[in-house]
Amino acid sequence: MIELRGITFRYDDDPVLDGVDLTVDEGELVLVSGPTGVGKSTLLGVVTGLVPRFSGGTLDGDVLLDGTSIVRTAPRERAHAIGYVGQNPAAGFVTDTVEEELAYGMEQLGLPAETMRRRVEETLDLLGIADLRARDLRTLSGGQQQRVAIGSVLTMHPRLLVLDEPTSALDPTAAEEVLATLTRLVHDLGLSVLLAEHRLERVVPFADRMCLLTGDGRVHVGEPGELLVDSPVVPPIVELGRAAGWSPLPLSVRDARRRARDLGERLRPPVETTSAAAAAVEVRGLQVVHGRTVALRDVDLTLGAGRVTALMGRNGAGKSSLIWALQGSGRRTGGRVEAWGTDPADLDPEGRRALVGLVPQNAADLLYLETVADECAAADGGSGACRDLLDRLVPGIPDDQHPRDLSEGQRLALALALVLVSRPRVLLLDEPTRGLDYAAKHVLSGILRGLAADGCSVLVATHDVEFVAQAADDVVVLADGDVVSSGPVRRVVAESPSFAPQVTKVLGPPWLRVDEVAAQLDAS
Amino acid sequence: MSGTRLPRDLHPVAWWVWALGLCAAATFTTNPFVLLMLVGAAATVVSLRRSDQPWGRSFRLYVGLGLVIVVIRLAFWVVFGGWTGGHVLLDLPTVPLPDWVAGVTLLGPLYAEALLFALYDGLRLATIVICVGAANSLANPKRLLRSVPPALYEIGTALVVAVSVLPQLADSARRVRAAQALRAGDTHRVRRLRRFLVPVLEDALERSLALAAGMDTRGYGRSGDSTPAQRRTTGALMLVGLGGICVGTYAVLDTTAPRVLALPMLALGVGAAAAGLVSAGRRVGRSRYRPDPWQWPEAAVAASGVLVGALGWWISRHQVAIAYPDLDAVPQVSAVALLMVVLALVGPLASPAPRLVAA
Repeated sequence: MIELRGITFRYDDDPVLDGVDLTVDEGELVLVSGPTGVGKSTLLGVVTGLVPRFSGGTLDGDVLLDGTSIVRTAPRERAHAIGYVGQNPAAGFVTDTVEEELAYGMEQLGLPAETMRRRVEETLDLLGIADLRARDLRTLSGGQQQRVAIGSVLTMHPRLLVLDEPTSALDPTAAEEVLATLTRLVHDLGLSVLLAEHRLERVVPFADRMCLLTGDGRVHVGEPGELLVDSPVVPPIVELGRAAGWSPLPLSVRDARRRARDLGERLRPPVETTSAAAAAVEVRGLQVVHGRTVALRDVDLTLGAGRVTALMGRNGAGKSSLIWALQGSGRRTGGRVEAWGTDPADLDPEGRRALVGLVPQNAADLLYLETVADECAAADGGSGACRDLLDRLVPGIPDDQHPRDLSEGQRLALALALVLVSRPRVLLLDEPTRGLDYAAKHVLSGILRGLAADGCSVLVATHDVEFVAQAADDVVVLADGDVVSSGPVRRVVAESPSFAPQVTKVLGPPWLRVDEVAAQLDAS
Repeated sequence: MSGTRLPRDLHPVAWWVWALGLCAAATFTTNPFVLLMLVGAAATVVSLRRSDQPWGRSFRLYVGLGLVIVVIRLAFWVVFGGWTGGHVLLDLPTVPLPDWVAGVTLLGPLYAEALLFALYDGLRLATIVICVGAANSLANPKRLLRSVPPALYEIGTALVVAVSVLPQLADSARRVRAAQALRAGDTHRVRRLRRFLVPVLEDALERSLALAAGMDTRGYGRSGDSTPAQRRTTGALMLVGLGGICVGTYAVLDTTAPRVLALPMLALGVGAAAAGLVSAGRRVGRSRYRPDPWQWPEAAVAASGVLVGALGWWISRHQVAIAYPDLDAVPQVSAVALLMVVLALVGPLASPAPRLVAA
């Protein structure tokens, strides 16, 4: 239905895409994957027409829709056939309420009033958002916003739905919901879907075909099972399959579980080693109220010195409120926070920085200068300490690069270096894993483990269960402002299956990580 | 009964016409009782007919603003005085000022008439503000923008987007301020401003690009199927209309201009502009989802506003003592003034109850 022929796209001289051929057939779900920064969004943009109109650069090659070339057609003239949902759905909302947002695209197409009314009702039901119809879009949760964004495109009855990382900002349950909705659309309506994602663990079982970008501008297209054999980005389940030497590779937890029956008997389960850590941060009866919504309700929490604690929970469960209250500058209605015996709220900003470091959700908010070197110099007063720190975190970032041009992982490392230069004894991170690929997450977890080994206590809010399994010692789960479970990772994961990483789902607790299994397999 | 009286949102234009009618009536009088009755009518209607959406709660803000206006007005007269003659309420000493501020006095004797004058005048301004506030909390201002004629749709959408950018800007400013406190950096005043402005502006720019991309992929600004000849006709009509309105307005205001250029020219201009809008609207390949219907309750509400304004004007012409009461007697209210306030209430009572949204 949609065919890309010899697509080459370049900024100046370095090609992002180089001679890409790809076809998407009727009723097919094609997954576009690869490390961050290889051009997944660019490839999607070529299909929707946003590239090169909104990005600059030069595009060669041809895009065919049912055999007609549309490469020179503006996105608005493709709107009836190709629907696009961007990375941050809230940024693309034009109207105020769910119902108006669903109708917006149809108004542009000039559909008659009865058709619009009928399609809005159908779509509300199809996506299960009928009870949200009159709600203000800004009051919706992340998963709801994502479904409204998909719905607002579906009402135009496009033939191809293009989605850019639809689950990257969502908690595990909301992400499952969105993916289930998508598969239903593919199965029931025969819609074609082109989906970019680098967090593969949830998407791979649903994909009919995969398009893997390798970084040199080329793509490999094929069955997910074949491509993942030597792909640079793989979900943990495939890593497990590679370690155990399974062929063909398992793609779903169910496949892997059947293969793993004999594996469980061959391996000795890892032994839990809990060392009693001194309490670095003590929180007692913390309350945070915003207007009439209670963000946190009598939260008690202890962060151990030299331990990494993961903070999990639904979007809007109060994670950010907790982090900012711990830092001291966030709103606090009641309760007590003590970090090494001092309440950070009593300190001035500089004192706070030396005690509690915080990397906010949007790391770019910290940056304001033109080059990496300037940023470092502004943070350490020219002593070079910040640059040293940055080189230890992620080596090889050029001094003269603009911070906005860095990759997500590099920008996060820069923000981290700016915060760590005051040598805080407690480090808080608000959703740092958003937009990071497997390699970058691996580096980040190494950094956090290193900080913990130096005696820093780390609290990291995240939705990424695989990252939690890799990096954290303890987990705290928040729901509706309450702590619903807390304790060592292995115990919490065994208690709540929805927060279990894939290895735990396959081999059962107490297994957490692929490297544990691999180490045992190598030993035996 | 037909569905016109079932709970629904009234057409925003109806509410604005009604409120502007009340405003007009308020400008034609300084009678405090009439003004207070108008405020009372507006408040009653708001409490009966506002929805539970966020903008419905803004009325209290406007009432507060009205009170502030009255207080400032009074304080101004107390401090700067400048009134002579009448009953002295309080004989404050005059603060001598240097010569170069001649004509301005500080404090001095406080006259009852001066205070009354300030009160009446402040009350009039406050009433106008409160009536605008009533319209704001009864009708979503964004819906009003969306009721523009189809030919102006693009401009309407741009305005709606611009309106929603402001709260977002405030949000990102708050976020960046908090984030910048997390790192060391320039403390010099100018550079500190830059530290704050650069991320906010970058954020705003990124948001607008994302929104533009989102709107474009959803078909905003799709070209219609109009011919060049049609486009030329529309353009010519609009230009004639614009020129006619300009010349006509000028001639109406400037009494020395030839009379043929005044009202006839204005009418011609308005007619041409309207024809241009219709011609442009006809070739717009766009439709509207659940447009606000204009039914008899809308007509009743708008008519009551127009009538209130007209009665206010009539009173100011024919019952001068009622419209602008003397400062040395208790103001009187006439039957016509009462009728005006009753009309301001009765019209909106014909409107259906608002649709409630369970949040």
